[in-house]
Formats: sequence, C-alpha cells, structure tokens
Amino acid sequence: MNAVPQYDSLMFGETALKLRTFRQQILSNNLANSDTPGFKARDIRFADVLKAQLEGNLPTTGVSMVTTHAGHIEGKNSKDDPRLLYRVPNQPSKDDNTVDSDVELSEFTKNSVFTEAALAFLGGTLSSRLSAIKGQPS
Amino acid sequence: MSLLAAYDIGSSGLTAQAMRLNVTASNIANAESVSGPDGRPYRARQVEFSALMKPGSPGSGVAVRSIVESDAPLRMEYRPGHPKANAAGYVEMPNVNPVEEMVNMISASRSYQMNIEAMNVSRQLMLKTLDLGR
Repeated sequence: MNAVPQYDSLMFGETALKLRTFRQQILSNNLANSDTPGFKARDIRFADVLKAQLEGNLPTTGVSMVTTHAGHIEGKNSKDDPRLLYRVPNQPSKDDNTVDSDVELSEFTKNSVFTEAALAFLGGTLSSRLSAIKGQPS
Repeated sequence: MSLLAAYDIGSSGLTAQAMRLNVTASNIANAESVSGPDGRPYRARQVEFSALMKPGSPGSGVAVRSIVESDAPLRMEYRPGHPKANAAGYVEMPNVNPVEEMVNMISASRSYQMNIEAMNVSRQLMLKTLDLGR
C-alpha cells in the first residue's frame, strides 16, 4: 500500500497553486483589516482543504439546521465559505479585532514562499511534459 | 484570479489608512483652532473602518465607513484677553489630544507599510505566474 496518494501532477499543481493564491487573498484581507474594530481574522487549513479538493469531497455549504416540523425555518448558512475558519487570537484586544499583524505577516510570507514553490513544481511538470511531446532534438 | 483580488485588497487598505493619516493630520493642524466654519471650536475627528464582505468571497478589503467627531469635552483655557473668552475669561479650545494623534499616526503608517508589503509580494507572484511554462 502506497502511503503517498497518487494524483495527476498537473492537476495537483494547479489545485495547490489555486489554493495558495486563495489563501494569499485571505491573508491580505486580514492584513488590510488589522485596524477594523470587531474584525475576525480568517484562514484555511491548507492541507485538509487541498486533500478534500483533490479527492472531490469538499463541503459545498456550511452548517445547516435540521427541520423536524413543518413550521420550522430552514437554517442555512450559504453565504459563508465552509473552508474558511477563524483564527484563535493569542491575546485579546479592546476592539474585538483578532488580527495579530505579526502572525498574519509571517503566515503571509510563508504562504508566498509556498506559492513560489507551487509555481516551480507546476513549471517543472509543464516543461517535462513539453520535452516528452517534442522528444530529443536530433 | 485570487492574486489580483489580493492586490485590490491591499489597495483598499492603502486608501483607508491614507484617509486615517489625513484625518490625523487635520486634527494636529487644528489643535488650536478656536473656531471653524460654524463658529464653534474644532472637534477631533476619527475614521471608522469597516470590513468589506462580498458573499462567496473570503473578504474584499477594508473601507472607511464614516468619519465621526469626538464628543469629548472641549478643553477650557484661561485667556482673559482673547476675543472668544467667556465672562469668566475662559476660551473653549479643541478637544484634540496630541498624544492620541501621534499614536494614531504611527499606527496608520505601520499599517500602510504592511499593505504595501503585501501588495509587493502579490505583484511578484503574479509576475512569476506569467512566466509559468516558459
């Protein structure tokens, strides 16, 4: 049994890159709102979301409520992306903002390095496929 | 494309922080203005930030929702010779707190720099993405 699951490397690279840039957007939004009162910093759990996306079992809607009576109103949270979680703050702030600039900036930098890595992997896959198509120059 | 959105988010942060700097500069400049256009002493202003949220997106930046005037009591200064002095010789001065304004200014400039940093990184990544497959 292979411990590492096998995915198509082109598909893997694309999914990883998309998710990295998505996370880049989330983290920039956290940074931009570092002074907004009441703002809650958000993030995704990268490994879990990537795995779920590659396996195609991503939850499409968030938490929903069960209705057991005809008069019940269907409680559906369709607005919020189910992948987005809330960051647990290290220390409380007076304006209920949970953005810790240092944490966000370090996550942002790490994420940009990993985005470059994803770009490099995808570029490598592309160039090796291209050379396979073209063949050895005679 | 998410990186382009990240760039826009950074730009919204720059706009908001620049407005905050603007308001702070106005407060510092008017710390001694005993009368404005309405004849009343200047009151310290403060920007109010609010997060921009579009459904189905992780967030689209920040905006200044409103600029509110501080309702802190005006500073009373004893200046009997001043034309605006009341019967007891006191003049109503603006309620600008210079220490608060300086702190606000430093905080705004730090946040501004942070947004620029984020935009720079996003720009580099976008350029690298354009080079993909070369």
